[in-house]
Amino acid sequence: MKLMDCPIHGKRPISEFLYGGEIRESPDPDTCTDGAWADYVFSRNSVPGIKREWWCHVPSTTWFVAERDTGAGDVLKTYLYGSPAS
Amino acid sequence: MTGERLPPVQGEWIDRETPVCFSFEGKPFSGFSGDTVSSALWASGQKILGRSFKYHRPRGIFSLANHDINAMMQSGGVPNIRADITQIRNGMELFPVNTWGGLSRDRARILDHLSAFLPVGFYYKAFYGKRLFPYWERLFRAMTGLGRVDFSQPRQFTAKEHDFCSIAVVGAGPSGLSAALSAADLGADVVLVDENGHPGGSGHYQRGGDDSQWRTTEALWAKVLAHPRIRTRADTCAAGYYADHWIPLVSGQKMTKLRAGAVIFAMGAFEQPAVFRNNDLPGIMLASAAQRLIYRYAVRPMRNAVVLCGNSDGYRAALDLLAHGIRIAAILDFREADGSGSSRRVQDLGVPVHFGKCIYEAMPTADGKGVAGVRVARFQGGQALAGSGLEEISCDGVAVSVGWAPAANLLYQAGARMLFSTTLQQFVPGAFPQGIFACGRLNGVYGYGDRLQDGASAGQQAAAFLGYGECGPRPRFLEAAGPSHPWPVVPHPSGKNFVDLDEDLQLRDYANAIQEGFDSPELLKRYTTNGMGPSQGKHSSMNALRILAHYTGRAPGETGTTTARPFFHPVPLAILAGRGFHPERHTPMHEEHVALDAVWMRTGEWLRPEYYRSAGLDRAAAIQAEVRSVRQNVGLIDVGTLGKLEVSGPGAAEFLERIYLPRYANLKTGMTRYAVMCDEAGTVLDDGVVARLSGDLFYFTTTSSGAAGLYRELVRLNTLWQLDCTLANLTGAHAAVNLAGPKSREVLGLLADVDLAPASFPYLGVRQGRVAGIPARILRVGFVGEWGYEIHVPSSMGTALWKALLQAGRAFGIRAFGVEAQRILRLEKGHLIVGQDTDGLTTPFEAGLDWAVRMDKPFFVGKRSLQILSRTPPRQRLAGFVLESPLPGAIPEESCLVVQDGSIAGRITSIACSAACGAWVGMAMVDRELAAAGTAIRIRLASGALVRARITALPFYDPGQSRQKEVPCD
Repeated sequence: MKLMDCPIHGKRPISEFLYGGEIRESPDPDTCTDGAWADYVFSRNSVPGIKREWWCHVPSTTWFVAERDTGAGDVLKTYLYGSPAS
Repeated sequence: MTGERLPPVQGEWIDRETPVCFSFEGKPFSGFSGDTVSSALWASGQKILGRSFKYHRPRGIFSLANHDINAMMQSGGVPNIRADITQIRNGMELFPVNTWGGLSRDRARILDHLSAFLPVGFYYKAFYGKRLFPYWERLFRAMTGLGRVDFSQPRQFTAKEHDFCSIAVVGAGPSGLSAALSAADLGADVVLVDENGHPGGSGHYQRGGDDSQWRTTEALWAKVLAHPRIRTRADTCAAGYYADHWIPLVSGQKMTKLRAGAVIFAMGAFEQPAVFRNNDLPGIMLASAAQRLIYRYAVRPMRNAVVLCGNSDGYRAALDLLAHGIRIAAILDFREADGSGSSRRVQDLGVPVHFGKCIYEAMPTADGKGVAGVRVARFQGGQALAGSGLEEISCDGVAVSVGWAPAANLLYQAGARMLFSTTLQQFVPGAFPQGIFACGRLNGVYGYGDRLQDGASAGQQAAAFLGYGECGPRPRFLEAAGPSHPWPVVPHPSGKNFVDLDEDLQLRDYANAIQEGFDSPELLKRYTTNGMGPSQGKHSSMNALRILAHYTGRAPGETGTTTARPFFHPVPLAILAGRGFHPERHTPMHEEHVALDAVWMRTGEWLRPEYYRSAGLDRAAAIQAEVRSVRQNVGLIDVGTLGKLEVSGPGAAEFLERIYLPRYANLKTGMTRYAVMCDEAGTVLDDGVVARLSGDLFYFTTTSSGAAGLYRELVRLNTLWQLDCTLANLTGAHAAVNLAGPKSREVLGLLADVDLAPASFPYLGVRQGRVAGIPARILRVGFVGEWGYEIHVPSSMGTALWKALLQAGRAFGIRAFGVEAQRILRLEKGHLIVGQDTDGLTTPFEAGLDWAVRMDKPFFVGKRSLQILSRTPPRQRLAGFVLESPLPGAIPEESCLVVQDGSIAGRITSIACSAACGAWVGMAMVDRELAAAGTAIRIRLASGALVRARITALPFYDPGQSRQKEVPCD
């Protein structure tokens, strides 16, 4: 089982964590086209590469950002959302 | 004890002072404590230990290395005990698993003569046609499968344990012992694992007639045992490798999940068989099996041996046989020469050695149950030169030593890149992932001294990886002669030259499969089933690769290999199941429900009373009595499973505005409002009630099943939005009940210090006060459609509240009601349940929640999607219906379809018999055209029959809401 480095709790087994999806910029809902909005809501990019993702340490409900190489399956770094590392 | 037991052997694993008696096929046998089933039977002269899987051929000892899958036993309810490693116990009653009427007269042995009708890919070919599929299925089910499962056996609960170390060393042979010691000496905390009960690996039994290597190995073991930083785990199988150095260790009745900082694999190599006709007869075994028999159990493997060599190890095995009084009729060597000292010593002892020779075929005894001799052919250029007048040599056993395959399964799983070394004729690690190391024969190092050095070097490297000491480059070792023969394969026109003994696969099966186009390792494996038996190809995959390469004109390194997946070795399901951890949640009033004889239902992880048993009433009547109590007097239900959240701070109102569809900024302190939320696609996600306790403090509820996930998502949203507010999850901290019915106000009035007069505590109000002295939040809501109060108190006081309310309500005919009664009550009111009346695509417009959608807010989750959806009328609507002529046995259930003109036009989401309406009422998600009140619809029952219903305006009960509000609506 993989280990994940929670910025608050340190290395914990991956079973304590929940994936919250890729961090994606929402288009401005007031100005974007229907097509752009639908693309944001329904389409996901599954091309392997380095992704910024939401992860949650479930027992403590700590949300943070993990940068992950989804091709290699490696977690490159983790940090709190909005912290300087982002 | 006579038979094949040798005089005491140095280092034997048996205790001659403790005899053990057991039975095999009903006949009594005995052995010594420490004997395995196979060794005890062999010592007693029993040479047939099982029948093969497909052709039911007699089989004996083959490798004695935990992969003798033709010698599997049933003992009582326990199937497929591996005889080669399972120790005998007094009173064991063993039966071989794959016979029809016993080993000697197995009726299925006829299959051996029908093998021509069982070609490669037989299953695929048999199941190709649809017509005969059922016939073949019945036949195969009867013929195949090993062992018998006893379903009356009680469930086994096994333990799971967690362990941690800096370095895990898998394999306690010479290189593993050496690696563990060098790493521990540098300061690392080491766990050393070995599948055997005794350490030493090949250092114990591959002696070459000389005990010095064994003594060195024993001395290393003594040092390991005395080392304060090494923990040893014997009789333990490292069953797989998982990410970040996580290894399941399986032993006896438990699994230990070991997390290591680094892993050294020192699992050695599996000896590989030669392929020649009748190479499976009892008495023909791997040389290492003969050595194990001698040195572990002091059992004579054979009396008059032929040794078949493809490497120098065969000569060392010959010396071991000679040292224990076994005659060697001849040594046959595939190769033209052998320059090792062992070979010279064997020849000096007068054993005839024939170079450039192979066994063309083994000849069975008259009864077919043993080996009588071998027919020898010249082996030249990878070919046996067969012909008439081949030399025959009598023997009663053959020891085969032609090569090795690394036990690299875990190394593959760890992601090491393996390269084929032509010199060694084996795969060796080319590149390692971080923190993974290998040593010994797995690393392509064969000499005894070299292995010790290689292990020590691996130990240093692993320790340095974790910051203990430093290490230089790994030494390189050059093998003088390849330990594995490149082509120990002898074709024969009559076949029965087996490559895979698990599945009875012969050489020609591979040739045919390759010819049929299955010419990659993965395809060949699946088509032939090579390596798919219980030993998972440990003795067949390497030869299969050589055969594939040979027939396709490639080198073994070019064909690639099959994928190695966990588990390395079969793990009993009981060990995987562990102790069966299925947590359930109880509300604080759980014991009160038990006392009231609740019938439980599971909702998510919660246990909730479905209804309460009542003397003289069946389920339906008990539920109707609960419903009646609420409608006529007063009822009490435990709603502690609701999600109970609090949001506080200057940004709290803004937060709720963003997550829910309705407005909350304008909600007055002391009032509540229905809450429904959508996801970004505009799908209804959850509902509840929001109560404003003060300007900056809101208390709100969510559905029971949604609570945990919703709280998590709300925390994420505020991590993103950074509004100035704090969320708290009070789901477990608060107990909650709903007191409902025309007499609820009178009951609560006896206990509450809050003014319940409608003028000061109106419908949808919220008040904080005390109920029976308990601090409480009281919400005046009407989910069930009667005057009622939802009362939230600290969990620790939930039971006291429950008891006080029942006590106070006694004079008013109070009754506890369960989830089923509540479902009927709310259905009569047309209140939907998110997740039951809605699904993963339902929009608020379809659910009839249009009124809750406040498009005038600047933003809420799902707003943009709902704007797009609102431009077109919804495809379907949630609508109420009444069954026209409900007949017993013709009542639709939830999920029954609404059918219009022969097509699906909707489905039932809720249905119940309403005493208040005197009818069967329900809700259905129907096509827009059918949603108008008065429309006749037809519902298809599970039986296929159609019943009639009529769409009816919601709610069914008290549309004016006069029962839950003080001022009737106009």
